[in-house]
Amino acid sequence: MNTDIAIAILATAITAGTPIMYAALGEILAERAGILNLGVEGMMLVGAVSGFILALHTSNPWAGLLLAMLAGGFMALIHAFLTITLKANQVVSGLALTLFGTGLAGYIGKSYVGIRLPESFRAVPVPVLSDIPIIGPVLFNHDPLVYLSYFIVPALWFLVFRTRAGLNLRAVGENPAAADSVGINVFRTRYIYVIAGGMLAGIGGAYLSLHYVPVWVENMTAGRGWIAVALVIFATWNPANAIWGAYLFGGLDALGLRLQTLNVTVSPYFLKMLPYIFTVLVLILVTRRNMLSRRGSPKALGLPYDREER
Amino acid sequence: MKKIDKKTLWALVVTLMMALVLAGCGGSGGEEDSQAGQGEEEKFKVAFVYITSAGDAGWTYAHDLGRQYLQDQLPWVDASEIVENVPENPADAEQVITQLAEQGNKVIFTTSFGYMDPTINVAQKYPDVTFVHCSGYKTADNVGAYFGRMYQARYLSGLVAGQATESNIIGYVGAHPIPEVIRGINAFTVGVRAANPDAKVKVVWTNSWFDPTVEKQSAEVLLDAGADVIAQHMDSPAPMQAAEERGKLGVGYNSDMREQAPGAVMTSPMWEWGPYYVETVQAIKDGTFDPTPTAGSLTYWGGLKEGLVKISDYGPMVPEETKQLVEQEKARIVSGEWDVFDGLLKDQNGEVKVAEGQKMTDDEMLAMDWFVEGVEGKITAPKF
Repeated sequence: MNTDIAIAILATAITAGTPIMYAALGEILAERAGILNLGVEGMMLVGAVSGFILALHTSNPWAGLLLAMLAGGFMALIHAFLTITLKANQVVSGLALTLFGTGLAGYIGKSYVGIRLPESFRAVPVPVLSDIPIIGPVLFNHDPLVYLSYFIVPALWFLVFRTRAGLNLRAVGENPAAADSVGINVFRTRYIYVIAGGMLAGIGGAYLSLHYVPVWVENMTAGRGWIAVALVIFATWNPANAIWGAYLFGGLDALGLRLQTLNVTVSPYFLKMLPYIFTVLVLILVTRRNMLSRRGSPKALGLPYDREER
Repeated sequence: MKKIDKKTLWALVVTLMMALVLAGCGGSGGEEDSQAGQGEEEKFKVAFVYITSAGDAGWTYAHDLGRQYLQDQLPWVDASEIVENVPENPADAEQVITQLAEQGNKVIFTTSFGYMDPTINVAQKYPDVTFVHCSGYKTADNVGAYFGRMYQARYLSGLVAGQATESNIIGYVGAHPIPEVIRGINAFTVGVRAANPDAKVKVVWTNSWFDPTVEKQSAEVLLDAGADVIAQHMDSPAPMQAAEERGKLGVGYNSDMREQAPGAVMTSPMWEWGPYYVETVQAIKDGTFDPTPTAGSLTYWGGLKEGLVKISDYGPMVPEETKQLVEQEKARIVSGEWDVFDGLLKDQNGEVKVAEGQKMTDDEMLAMDWFVEGVEGKITAPKF
């Protein structure tokens, strides 16, 4: 009985954490390139709604997913243009993107509210692996997007820390002037990763509308974009850490509800605040160990780069 | 200087493009308005204030269907004016309501609890305008208060759930622990146990009116705890979809949720505001509207009898026998012979709250803060 509950909590932690993880991975890429994008919530919503609409018309969730990525990428492109080319304030532009995205998604989705998706992503147990006790039901009884994330996380970690492109990316985020002087195209790099980040946020949104609650309802992300932003700091800008953080944050959601059925009373407000407390704690720890320059925040994060001011 | 000029130019181009896009969006909406508003001068203007967008598929959606019904039924009414996503704080709400009064609306429906004081305040300044507020407890010379006896519909849906359960555990995803929700859970449970005295109703609070992800998780938690029927006092269909995915059953809320989870939803308690809006606007036009409270502190508290609440059509899994039971119980309520909270009624600890032969008053029902026997869950905000 107790292991059943534990398995259920862990499996829910993974499904609840996955959309946050996708969005956080995207934000890690953008921030690694030195661009803070607070528009995650907006990009997720636009991804969720556009993916939903296409999946509804084509009855193909994969087509929806593709459009969600493109839509998220397009939203990020607006941010990239404003902050990289026009050197606008990144915080302001990001916040505007969230507000814009929330409104735009509501507007586009108005006539699609509450319609049921005929074909959504369903849980597909992995043969053999899902039969392993405990690990099987926790890890290998999910939908394709969760399995995809198992591959994306190590791939991104490898990209950021073990490849030439990743080195360039980190260089651009740490010291764009130096990167520029060795021939890295700072603008192009930043554009690429901000847009890629938007695409991942789009997947995060689509995870909700194409799998978890296969319906479009206005504002359905309900603040998960902001948790993703906190998760980036929690993960110390490392894709590999994002996976634990996301499952932890997702698990907290699930745990609070489950405790109610077990007649344990923990204030839901306390649980809701925990992700942010963890984030603050991690910030304190990382800063104290003085590892910011090596593992933490990219130095040039939030700063526009201007070749003529080098 | 040259650099700045180039940048300014770009910024201008972008701003212009966005303005054009927005103007394009606004344009399509505007045409509708002007069409509806032709010959506006003579029409009787009615406005609605909504807490969310009409596209929430829940509470506001039901009100908006009522508004559309009003528009269809009374051709002399112009009910095209709605303001969505109005925050419940006094400053925003009062400003919106004042503006609607200034614009010549004759009737203004404010459809969320938090608009109560703002509505009363603005109403003092516009004695010629009639205000009607939903779900509050204050009235004035030109302010009515209305709500629906949703508990009656929930009782009927409880009968359906009670007959369907095999595990004798029914899960209920609740929003906030306030009287409206508690009353609904109690009525549902009374219905469940009328059909099946051994069944229990387990409650999980989401502490939110609307968060599809948490709603779905809550339902999954209840299913894990052994529930085979899920009911909800939440705005999204997510709990129903959770039930459907596990091959279990459900009772929706707010709108006919069979559309979103056809495999699970047996029925959904629903609001039917349209006829009330027609009746009220007609009465106001005729000068016969009287806001004096008639039920507790409410001007109007309509139920099954008035058709303000109902349960939706049944899903195919509901047996004929259950439908007959529901019809029979509905007839008892509609005739006034019996109501859901008539004695004998015990609370969770088995203490008698309403004695045999006694009736609960409307005031007591509106302030309900205890669970009836058969509910498993806690009302008080948990402490850690």
